Amino acid sequence: MKPSIALASATESRVQPMADPKVKSRIRNLNFYYGQMQALKNINMDIFEHAVTALIGPSGCGKSTLLRCFNRMHDLTPHTRYEGEIRLYPDDVNIVGPDIDPIEVRMRISMVFQKPNPFPKSIYENVAYGLRVRGIKSRSELDGRVEAALRGAALWDEVKDRLDEPGTALSGGQQQRLCIARALATDPEIILFDEPTSALDPIATASIEDLIISMAGNVTVIIVTHNMQQAARVSNYTAFMYLGELIEFGATNELFTRPRHQRTSDYLTGRFG
Amino acid sequence: MASLSRPITVTASPSALGELRSNVARRRRWDVVFAAVGVIATSVGVITLLALFIDLLLDGYHRLTLDFFLSYPSRRPEQAGILSAWVGTCLVMSVTAVVGVPLAVAAGVYLEEYAPRNWVTTLIEINVSNLAAVPSIVYGLLALGLFVYALNFGQSILSAGLTLALMIMPIIVVATREAVRAVPHAIREAAYAVGATRWQVTRDHVLPYSIPGIATGVIIGLARAIGETAPLITIGALTFIAYLPDPPITTTPPFINFNWLWSGFTVLPIQMFNWVSRPGTAFHANAAAAGIVIVALTLVMNAFAIWLRYRLRKRITW
Amino acid sequence: MAPSARPLIRPRIRHRDIRERIIEVILFMCAASAVAVTTAIVVVLLVESAAFFERVSIIDFLTDTMWTPLFAEARYGILPLLCGTLLAAGVALLVAVPLGLMVALYLSEFAPPRVRETVKPFLELLEGVPTVVYGYFALLFVTPLLQKIIPDLPGFNVLSPGIVIGIMIVPYVGSVSEDAMRAVPNSLREASYACGATRLQTTWRVVVPAATSGIAAAFMLGIARATGETMVVAIAAGQQPNLTLDPREPAATITAYIVQVALGDLPHGSIGYQSIFAAGLVLLIITLLFNVLAHLLRMRFREAY
Repeated sequence: MKPSIALASATESRVQPMADPKVKSRIRNLNFYYGQMQALKNINMDIFEHAVTALIGPSGCGKSTLLRCFNRMHDLTPHTRYEGEIRLYPDDVNIVGPDIDPIEVRMRISMVFQKPNPFPKSIYENVAYGLRVRGIKSRSELDGRVEAALRGAALWDEVKDRLDEPGTALSGGQQQRLCIARALATDPEIILFDEPTSALDPIATASIEDLIISMAGNVTVIIVTHNMQQAARVSNYTAFMYLGELIEFGATNELFTRPRHQRTSDYLTGRFG
Repeated sequence: MASLSRPITVTASPSALGELRSNVARRRRWDVVFAAVGVIATSVGVITLLALFIDLLLDGYHRLTLDFFLSYPSRRPEQAGILSAWVGTCLVMSVTAVVGVPLAVAAGVYLEEYAPRNWVTTLIEINVSNLAAVPSIVYGLLALGLFVYALNFGQSILSAGLTLALMIMPIIVVATREAVRAVPHAIREAAYAVGATRWQVTRDHVLPYSIPGIATGVIIGLARAIGETAPLITIGALTFIAYLPDPPITTTPPFINFNWLWSGFTVLPIQMFNWVSRPGTAFHANAAAAGIVIVALTLVMNAFAIWLRYRLRKRITW
Repeated sequence: MAPSARPLIRPRIRHRDIRERIIEVILFMCAASAVAVTTAIVVVLLVESAAFFERVSIIDFLTDTMWTPLFAEARYGILPLLCGTLLAAGVALLVAVPLGLMVALYLSEFAPPRVRETVKPFLELLEGVPTVVYGYFALLFVTPLLQKIIPDLPGFNVLSPGIVIGIMIVPYVGSVSEDAMRAVPNSLREASYACGATRLQTTWRVVVPAATSGIAAAFMLGIARATGETMVVAIAAGQQPNLTLDPREPAATITAYIVQVALGDLPHGSIGYQSIFAAGLVLLIITLLFNVLAHLLRMRFREAY
């Protein structure tokens, strides 16, 4: 297999799906270890601002591991180690650097999980959680941001009359949109989605996908998905990973129509995965 | 690597970023404070155990002579010993073990391997968990009404052993059930597949594999029984016993003698209680010495059981 | 199989069936003995209490403020004993609730796995120390210590055994609450951390609220333990029934009274003998009440996850 640096640089000339893409984050020579096991191998890749980037690949390829590097979720598990850099712009900090507090990173980059995981609190408090932990107490500010987040997650009209009801009482699709609202409430620079629709029915899935498409343009999105069609539908850029390596990265329509690597095309055509 | 496009230069206002960092630092401080409080709270338990043990040792170690183990209690504290108490503890425990362990293990095996899902089983399960919650002194009242008077066993070793057997039954039942449940189903199926009956499967496979787990419960239960005082006081264990029960083994046929079952008795914790309740530091020293013996005994048993359980958890070979 | 082999196998199978049946019945009877024991407890307590209430009106029992069974003019008001019991349990809870909660929070959310695995067996050991030893500790170590802080504290008082019982049940309350916190799904913790929360915020705003009913159940079980505790109070609280809410005074609990009577060797069938069963009945009702409460809370907790 060719080294992935070459792959990434081979990609660069062709990727121009947006008028003037700005780099929001740049992954450089990233390695990640669970104890002795190396889960990510020398990843190099750019995340473009206000675009949707999809990470695809077979189970165990490291796509979720890569996603979770972005908000340092791995720091919650003992014996994990990052090497290399994920630089976040505009201020150009290495967010996996040892001197950066993971909490600071998570305040800037929020996450939506595989299964909807609302807190056993009211709908309002679920959305306000990230604001409250920052110490925001002003009721009017909370009210305004909660409403904006719920509107952004296309949930406002469904729940505006019952904000005091528990978030856990909503349907699965609504719960996931509540979790999106919770992630949106703090005005994150990037939102990470970890297979956000794998626990949902097709109708709820469609509404989440619409939401993600509508979000692009305002916020940077990185989404891990099992479902290649989903990646094709929602993303501007796609990265294909295999066994902890980045095989191919490029504009989604390019990668799906003219994959440059045998493994990518094998995966896309269903030979494995 | 060559960049895909020009990265944006730092435009985020440094003041906003500084505010973010000080917010994180402020909140982080409370984490540290709380963790410190947690460490202190947790060490209170450990410190208590140490203080208790050191206090006992300082008060009682000078009484721990061979004579102390070989003397009867006495009005003169410096001549008193725990001979009748430790013999009593041994005899009561043997009754408790002989009655309580098979009863509880059988009950646990039934509930896990045999019991059908119906209201009778539910009733039994509710009763077992209720019994675990009954204060030990209530077992003493049960024994006083039932064993001592209704069945006329008197204030004897038999009554005491039976009382403690009932008391530790729920502990052993729960441990047995957990141990039996941990035996994988595939092993049962393998045995059934070659034509074994339910009892053969239980006896030859389930029980042998779950013995370490059951042993943990048995040891913890017996350690509890050794330290138990209240129910035995309730059934009227005597606090001053200057004789030993008839020995269980005799030199003349039939070599085994059960008279001791009906004998009056005292046990270590009751002897300790008696000495604590007396005024005067000389008796308190005796109490401390008896306490050292009891604590050492129960701690060793519990430590062994806990070690056994942790070893079990590590060594899951299924 | 050759037809001639069958007669050889059949009788053996029938023999086996009978043996299997017998074993199952024996095992069932062992299990059913739990029901028998419960029934026996209730019957014994009720029968003796009924005899007691033939001599003492149940209204006097519940309302009289004096418990003087050994006086010439004996009075049997359970209130002083009840008061002593709840006072001791109250002091114990004041110690055990904050300590137990902190221990649980620390072990479940803060402690590194290695610390947790070292500390937990230690706490289990603490649970195994016999209560009579804790009684010695209360009377001869804690009371003298307290007397240095509160100079006119009598040698027998409720405060010292209360504190010792509190420390005694910390491992229990702590480990049951820790179980409740560990049962809170990790996805909630992840959600909280992903919002930028600190460990303390996650613990306090997400884990504790989610585990509330489980933690409350732990406290209920702690109360049940504290009310049923006998030896510590019998040794260190004095055995004077005393209707007081001041933990510095000596007082008797229900359990201490039962011990006192049992030591006195009252004749079978006397009213004093019967009184300990009535007192025991009250004790059983209280502890069962808290246990049932704990059970209901736990059910609610399990339903949630």
